[in-house]
Amino acid sequence: MRNTLWETIAPNLTLLVISLVTFGAIIYALFLIGSRASVRWQGWLRYGVFLGPALLLLLVGLIYPALRTIWMSFMDKRSENFVGFDNYIWAFTIPEIQIVLRNTIIWVILVPLLSTMIGLAIAYLTDRMKRAGIVKSLVFMPMAISFVGASVIWNFVYNYEPNANKPEIGLLNAINRGLGIDPQNFLLIPPWNTLFLIIVLVWIQTGFAMVILSAAMKNVPDEVVEAAMLDGASNWRRFTQVTLPMIRGTVVVVLTTITIGTLKVFDIVRTMTGGNFQTNVIANEMYAQSFRQLNYGQGSTLAVILFIGVIPIIWYNVRQLRLERTER
Amino acid sequence: MRHFVRRRTMLGVATFSVAALTLAGCAAADDAGDTATDTGADTDTAMAAGCEAFADYMGNEGETVEIYTTIIEPESTLFQESFVPFEDCTGITIEWNGDQAFEEQIAVRVAGGTAPDLAIFPQPGLLENFSADLVPASAELTASVDTNYTADWKNYGSVDGTLYAAPLGANVKSFVWYSPKTFADNGWAIPTTWEELLTLSDEIVAGDFDGNAWCAGIESGAATGWAATDWMEDLMLRFQDAETYDAWVDNSMPFNDPKVLEVLGEAGKILKNADYIGDVPAIATTSFSAGGAGVVDGSCAMHRQASFLGGILVGDYGATVVGPEETDVEGGISTFYFPGVSADQTPALGGGEFVGAFNDAPAVQAVQLYLTSPDWNNAKAALGGWFSPNLGLDTANVADPVNAVAVQILQNATTFRFDASDLMPGEVGAGSFWTEMTAWIAEDKADQAVLDAIQATWPAS
Repeated sequence: MRNTLWETIAPNLTLLVISLVTFGAIIYALFLIGSRASVRWQGWLRYGVFLGPALLLLLVGLIYPALRTIWMSFMDKRSENFVGFDNYIWAFTIPEIQIVLRNTIIWVILVPLLSTMIGLAIAYLTDRMKRAGIVKSLVFMPMAISFVGASVIWNFVYNYEPNANKPEIGLLNAINRGLGIDPQNFLLIPPWNTLFLIIVLVWIQTGFAMVILSAAMKNVPDEVVEAAMLDGASNWRRFTQVTLPMIRGTVVVVLTTITIGTLKVFDIVRTMTGGNFQTNVIANEMYAQSFRQLNYGQGSTLAVILFIGVIPIIWYNVRQLRLERTER
Repeated sequence: MRHFVRRRTMLGVATFSVAALTLAGCAAADDAGDTATDTGADTDTAMAAGCEAFADYMGNEGETVEIYTTIIEPESTLFQESFVPFEDCTGITIEWNGDQAFEEQIAVRVAGGTAPDLAIFPQPGLLENFSADLVPASAELTASVDTNYTADWKNYGSVDGTLYAAPLGANVKSFVWYSPKTFADNGWAIPTTWEELLTLSDEIVAGDFDGNAWCAGIESGAATGWAATDWMEDLMLRFQDAETYDAWVDNSMPFNDPKVLEVLGEAGKILKNADYIGDVPAIATTSFSAGGAGVVDGSCAMHRQASFLGGILVGDYGATVVGPEETDVEGGISTFYFPGVSADQTPALGGGEFVGAFNDAPAVQAVQLYLTSPDWNNAKAALGGWFSPNLGLDTANVADPVNAVAVQILQNATTFRFDASDLMPGEVGAGSFWTEMTAWIAEDKADQAVLDAIQATWPAS
């Protein structure tokens, strides 16, 4: 009645063998053509073989969807009629969407700054410490937790029990209650609730910032630091005027990486508040518009706004990398 | 206990029929192919004992049918249990795929070419979006729906006159949950009008009952707010007439009309009254299932929610569903009808699910057809916590007293209207109506501002 194990495996195995043989044949054919071709053709062939597949995947997986999204942002909700800039006017005039844009800006400013600053501090403080590994592992661990997992954990931290006769299961409110302070419904008080959500992402990203910055600090030559010490520079001056300038490039990379990650934040908001209570951000609203309300036009518009928001950051990042390369 | 015993016997039947089927298996499989015209006679002889009822669905052995749905644990377990005899007799495996993100993911799956075989749509409004991809009902299915359901229900499963989806379960929303013991201990009477309901609430607040008059919860993940829209709809049916309700649903009366404002004001008399409900904004962070728990543990007296809540309170909060006269059961819960403006006004608000097929394979059609049969509906209802609008459903099989009442309400209601948010366009019914009602409660957004914001999102076309 049911398929045996072999009956299930056999078709897949056959497919595997066929694809392996096909792959081998193509490679063999390429080498055959390569060995017969003239030197000039060999150059072109090299570009074709190495760039071709990557270009094709980029075209299918990135460029085409990007162009299509831009096109859809000028169409109505089922992508049937051209509506001009109506969707963009909608995005910048509806009060609910203005809150979304405002929140995204708050996220993008606060998360990279806080995570990088805290990460930098921990990296510097543990730089010459004994058993720094333990501290660093602890700080890095949240990085290994998925966003949704972290959100569920923090939901329990912020949880609020309206009925005073029932046990409080929220960590912060249990502390509040223990101290005799009125429990707060943390996720309900705008604009602070956005900050409480931001703490979750900072908690996750600090470990990332710390590890990268710590590695960069290890590359700062001891002689330079020693020279500064001999010159009588205080710890603070050694940090701000020796270490920090020497790892500046890495700091920029960390900042931009986290900024781009933050622009896309979605899981945390969706899991913890569902975008309610004025905590919504672009990525969540984009998803809700496109896939819950099937309004592809407005969803795509938000995607394009997000895309335009990322461009300056990428541009700055690339410029910074170029500068660094010329310095060396 | 009752459940336990039934499960044991069910298992016995199952193992028996599996054994019988493996014996008869070869013969049945041979026959299935070449007897298209006289299937009835031939398969009957080869069929295992106890499988006669499934004659119409035979000939699809070894097929797997995926059902994609919002219904998850613990409700899904009973569904799977009800499929066991069907699966054992027909050899069709039903793969139950419950996902709370159904409303979003179904669009992704259909657009991505991985549509499920069968989808249980929790909102008839969603059907319209997928009418191009759904398989129109077969003649057999249409005939079955015609016999087993009222024209209203058939109409809800149709798009532009074509039947696409068959009704599955139903729920009735116009209920207030309460504890008969608490009511009896405090000497409260069941209110029969809206005024009496408010008077009773005042009385509860003024008395020495250690808890709130009402509790509520509208948190539901990405769907937060729907429970508050039910309040609006129930009151809309009471304070306005059915025609106004329909006009409200299709926006021929704008959402920010003074009539709607009046209704929202009435809802606010309870939902936004801190005397009745305690911490009002906390409603928005209390899950809809936990919202009713207060009735069980005595921290509140009343909770307005649809009939499905009974299953959750029993499963997760240790409640027992009792009749209104059983006033001595600790943790016993029951319901009374959410009263109308006057005692003789008894409209009913309800909802239901619809099973649509994205695949016209015979096995898929067989499962879809089976789900409309009175046999299955009675068997499923007998497992508890569930009922359907199926006309073949015998109230004797609905053990749960609340559900038995709901079936009667469905059959007797003078005015029956479907959940409005399920019928409104997605932008409103699954979007701004939810989020704005949430803002109304959580952020104390003003009545008029809430209605204006919802009206602003109503699609132009």
